[in-house]
Amino acid sequence: VKLNGEAYRGGSGARGAGVPHDIVAFVRALRAAGLRVGVDQSESFAQALAWVDPMVRRDVYLAARATLVFRREDLAVFDELFAEFFGGPQPAPRGAAAQEPPLAPRHDRREFFRTALVAYMAERVDPAAREVEVPDRARAASGLEQLQRKDFADCTADELDAIARAMRELRLDVTLRYSRRLVRARRGDRLDLPRIVRDAARRSGAVLALARRRRKLRRRPLVVLADISGSMELYSRILLQFLHGVTQRHARTETFVFGTRLTRITGQLQIRNVDAALDHAAREIVDFAGGTRIGDCLHAFERQHARRVLGRGAVVLIISDGWDTGEPARLAAEMRRLAERAHRIVWLNPLAGRAGYAPEARGMAAALAYVDDFLPVHDLASLQTLAHRLGRLPRRKGAGDFAAARSPFAPHRVPGSRKLQPSAPQRAEVPR
Amino acid sequence: VLAPPPSRQALAEQLAALGYIVDDGLAMSVFLALRMQRPLFLEGAPGVGKTLLASMLAELFETRLIRLQCYEGLDISQAAYEWNYPRQLLELQARSRGAPGGDAASDASAATDDLYREAFLLKRPLLQAIDAAVERAPVLLIDEIDRADEEFESFLLELLGDFQITIPELGTIKARHRPVVVLTSNRTRDVHDALKRRCLYHWIDYPSLATELEIVRRKVPALGEHLRLRVVAFVQRLRREDLSKLPGVAETVDWAEAVAQLGTAALDAETVDATLGLLLKYHDDIERVRGPVVAQLLGESP
Repeated sequence: VKLNGEAYRGGSGARGAGVPHDIVAFVRALRAAGLRVGVDQSESFAQALAWVDPMVRRDVYLAARATLVFRREDLAVFDELFAEFFGGPQPAPRGAAAQEPPLAPRHDRREFFRTALVAYMAERVDPAAREVEVPDRARAASGLEQLQRKDFADCTADELDAIARAMRELRLDVTLRYSRRLVRARRGDRLDLPRIVRDAARRSGAVLALARRRRKLRRRPLVVLADISGSMELYSRILLQFLHGVTQRHARTETFVFGTRLTRITGQLQIRNVDAALDHAAREIVDFAGGTRIGDCLHAFERQHARRVLGRGAVVLIISDGWDTGEPARLAAEMRRLAERAHRIVWLNPLAGRAGYAPEARGMAAALAYVDDFLPVHDLASLQTLAHRLGRLPRRKGAGDFAAARSPFAPHRVPGSRKLQPSAPQRAEVPR
Repeated sequence: VLAPPPSRQALAEQLAALGYIVDDGLAMSVFLALRMQRPLFLEGAPGVGKTLLASMLAELFETRLIRLQCYEGLDISQAAYEWNYPRQLLELQARSRGAPGGDAASDASAATDDLYREAFLLKRPLLQAIDAAVERAPVLLIDEIDRADEEFESFLLELLGDFQITIPELGTIKARHRPVVVLTSNRTRDVHDALKRRCLYHWIDYPSLATELEIVRRKVPALGEHLRLRVVAFVQRLRREDLSKLPGVAETVDWAEAVAQLGTAALDAETVDATLGLLLKYHDDIERVRGPVVAQLLGESP
């Protein structure tokens, strides 16, 4: 069988020329909604129509879906636009309701969809708002010395600007791990046979030296979970700016923000600046009366994202003051689960920098048992320390514990455990 | 048998005859992939039958299934081809012994060219799939692509786009018969868009109640109609619960088999609690569901 789209309305020739007008218009609408549909795909759709009955709406829908959509996140928007564009009722429901994200079952589906669409379009449509700024190093340098140890909360807007500029100078290298890929290495632990043969061929079969390989080192993925409710917003904003700046070329950074709910902003951070992304997220997920529900948000993370994001030994950074309005036992249980999957959990708490700090927030006390590194992040100096230390996390899980010795509130070690124990109050009961 | 079926309905019927039930969406994606000779990218939770589809297609077309299981660190030498280094070395040494005192430098380039021919090539799954020597196009299953590294994805682009593999020392090998290619992903990470664009993409959901009933009817004929409905409806409701790992179709079938073996007349909470381990694979999930939740799920009407 000859396979191409020529059968369809006789169209063929230049790229895209065989694609009928109604398809072109539909594809344009999909692109406007943020779907990344290429010319290849509209051509595929046109080809596909040669194999189905264009008069049967269901067939056209399925053919369009098979050829134009290639990401699961796009399916809901695609369905909506298809219904809108080609009229008629919503296409048949997609399988079991269980496929909706765990948030959905107790929500009104249409409400959920609308939020999804709005969030989706906000994320995809406007890649414009890019920050353009000319760094003014001369002016910044003068005040920086004094700013080193000034709490962000006490800084003026100008001072925060200066800090933002200084942060861009910082470098961060997330800890490495051995991947299973091999690279040439003089002192590698295994033989490089392809090279040995090639060398031997040049010397009439004589093997004079054994080329070697070893496993390649690569950076661990970094996952950031930032609390943006109430007093934490300022700190999270600065930290995300910092992390965004230092990890731009580090492709494997996933960023989430939380308040009463959790939302993923990785995509937004790639196309717009931190401030715009946070403003948008804050409107959606911070319910000022509801307080912070860290446990619930970690749970949502575990269910919806952890599998995908924590796969390759990720380092998790949590930015929060630990004021949790949920049950401490729930937070502790979620932290335990997170600790099982993450390579390392680093908790950044701006309050920890204050003199005489003790983790009095019930949530913080409950979570601390599962935190590998507990660090203050309240001033520029502490950020510099953070950048310095993230690159020096122990390579193996649980090995070493740099925070224990230097943490400002000096927690005591529990024999047989490498994790930190809060000094007061007592650790919450953790249910199985 | 070799020609692709004329419509998605015909394809669905042929697969059903082999005991594999597809909904109309999946039928369309598979149908178009066959007709348009494009790779099919299947994404979905574990246990929805992604891998099984590939072996069903091989059975349907009475052809060979070539399976490449992906894992971290998988590279070209394991996936596509590798030179037979020990043989090459032996060959080189045999030659140097055969022509003692020969001018090593002048032999060198000839020797090198001669070493990289097909006789010294070890064909791994991807190259086997486009091997011109095979009479009938095989089904190539690239399983769990999300486990491989990103570097490996870029290597696949040439194969999936043009059905060819370029071996630097030998040249480009192009498929005489395009294989049916199925890629699966459990979505433990995002696979690059460039790769998915070369395929027809399909998200496989858990089956609907009707589809799953049909699957159980075929796989566990011993289970009566009433119990079958109770069993499947329970699993469907269970998938709406907040669990670490939702039960897949294979779990439903195992459980249905167990219920049939127990020979109970009705599905009560006690039976479910006792056999929950067949459906749920995490201790936390079982603890969460056992008792009240099971009773509640059983109480709801289908």
